[in-house]
Amino acid sequence: MPVTQTAKGVKIWQLRDRNQTLIRWAGYLAVVAVFMWCWKRISDATTWFFVWDAPRIAADIGGRAVPPRWSYMDKLWGPLWDTLNMATLGTLLALVMAVPVAFLAARNTTPSAIFIRPVALFIIVATRSINSLIWALLLVAIIGPGVFAGLLAIAFRSIGFCAKLLYEAIEEIDQTQVEAITATGASRWQVMAYGIVPQIMPAFAGISVFRWDINIRESTVLGLVGAGGIGLQLQSSLNTLAWPQVTLILIVILFAVVVGEWISAKVRGAII
Amino acid sequence: MSTVTLDDRLGTGWRKPHFITNPTLRWGLMLGAAVYLVLAIGSIEVNWSRVAEGMSRGWAFVTSFFNPDFVSRGGDIWDGILESVIITITSTVVGILISIPIGLGAARNIAPLPVYLVCRGIVALSRALNEIIVAILLVAIFGFGPLAGFLTLSFATIGFLSKLLAEDIEEMDRVQAEAIRATGSTWLQWVNYGVQPQVMPRLIGLSMYRLDINFRESAVLGLVGAGGIGATLNTAFDRYEFDTAAAILLIIIVTVMVLEYLSGIIRAKVQ
Repeated sequence: MPVTQTAKGVKIWQLRDRNQTLIRWAGYLAVVAVFMWCWKRISDATTWFFVWDAPRIAADIGGRAVPPRWSYMDKLWGPLWDTLNMATLGTLLALVMAVPVAFLAARNTTPSAIFIRPVALFIIVATRSINSLIWALLLVAIIGPGVFAGLLAIAFRSIGFCAKLLYEAIEEIDQTQVEAITATGASRWQVMAYGIVPQIMPAFAGISVFRWDINIRESTVLGLVGAGGIGLQLQSSLNTLAWPQVTLILIVILFAVVVGEWISAKVRGAII
Repeated sequence: MSTVTLDDRLGTGWRKPHFITNPTLRWGLMLGAAVYLVLAIGSIEVNWSRVAEGMSRGWAFVTSFFNPDFVSRGGDIWDGILESVIITITSTVVGILISIPIGLGAARNIAPLPVYLVCRGIVALSRALNEIIVAILLVAIFGFGPLAGFLTLSFATIGFLSKLLAEDIEEMDRVQAEAIRATGSTWLQWVNYGVQPQVMPRLIGLSMYRLDINFRESAVLGLVGAGGIGATLNTAFDRYEFDTAAAILLIIIVTVMVLEYLSGIIRAKVQ
């Protein structure tokens, strides 16, 4: 923090000296320039007439969308059950696959830090960076539309997330407990079962419920690409411009998401 | 409760304590889970012949990962990725700018109750709505193109950042803020010198993380017509051009990895 002295001998305190300030302003300028360039690209690609017209369109759609068509609810129970199954079974399948990956990726349990750990880390990054909708798109192309494709999409997408959090939990365990079990002459598997697993069990349960909550959200839209669940109904209602049905489906999805979040918060509160 | 002495325990084998101690709850949960699993798995129809048929196509996709085709649709891929990046940058910047005042408003120790409730309402609304659903509605209203994608991701960023920022502000050290207030500062000076330095490192870290999320999300917005690489990817899958799809997915994965690496460096620097 530089202090300058004026001619009268009064000290002036400043947060940064001149060079630091200049660098800072150059940084701000660069950010603004990049942002403005990006904004120009978006602006060029936009039909501004539609945007100025948007309030009228929004009001129009809003007018058509209320009241929701409650009688359509009869047809939604089946898809809702499918959505729940995709989320739950997908999470279970993901956990089955994520546990070995997490153990291979954690620095203190991996069999080989040079060869196997990078592979496990790549699996984690690759599955995490591909959105579940893209997984669904891919799986629908490969194994055909339906709930099964959605289930697998949810499962593959969740591997990376669960494995990442789990391997961080494994790396943070208390090493003395592991040593105590090892000192009894336990085998590698026994050390795992009695020294490591009890320590990560609460984290594991928390991660599972947390991911299940996220998966409920994601599975509601998988139907848009043909992977089953309530999204399928949403897609067909949108295609036929049946706005009252769309409203009802959105209400149902919102309700499902809120209930899922509530259950997840309750369970996590009970565990921790 | 009967007292268990050491003599009773001698000679009996040790058993691992159960994760859930109450036996009724434990068996009830297990039974419930078993019934649910049977019902759920029973209700999923799998067309195994279709799956078997698709396996060769799946294998073709896996092999195309080792032989991606960046060239034949190079122009489309480049345009799509550029648009995704543009949407990511603009929506992250705008999202951060809007989420700072909302985050301040959603912190109970700074904001008065009415402001707090309004801001928490905005956060809850933004978090409850899935990005894709918001994108569908905005495309219907604003028309096709990156503007809808930009608005969608900005909206999603607000919910994410404001909530975490507000939680961080609520956990801040009061002493520093009080010290600034005791100098006779105005409200703005108080926030800038008393609160901002305490939450800045975390805000920068979260912003980098959100940049990463926004890029991943922008890759799917194209599916519903909101701009970005998603449209190209969708077309590639529909035409079974797996080598092009593999190229796009590889670009996404590599970009996410680079972003994650950069954000790790930046976070380590500011904290």
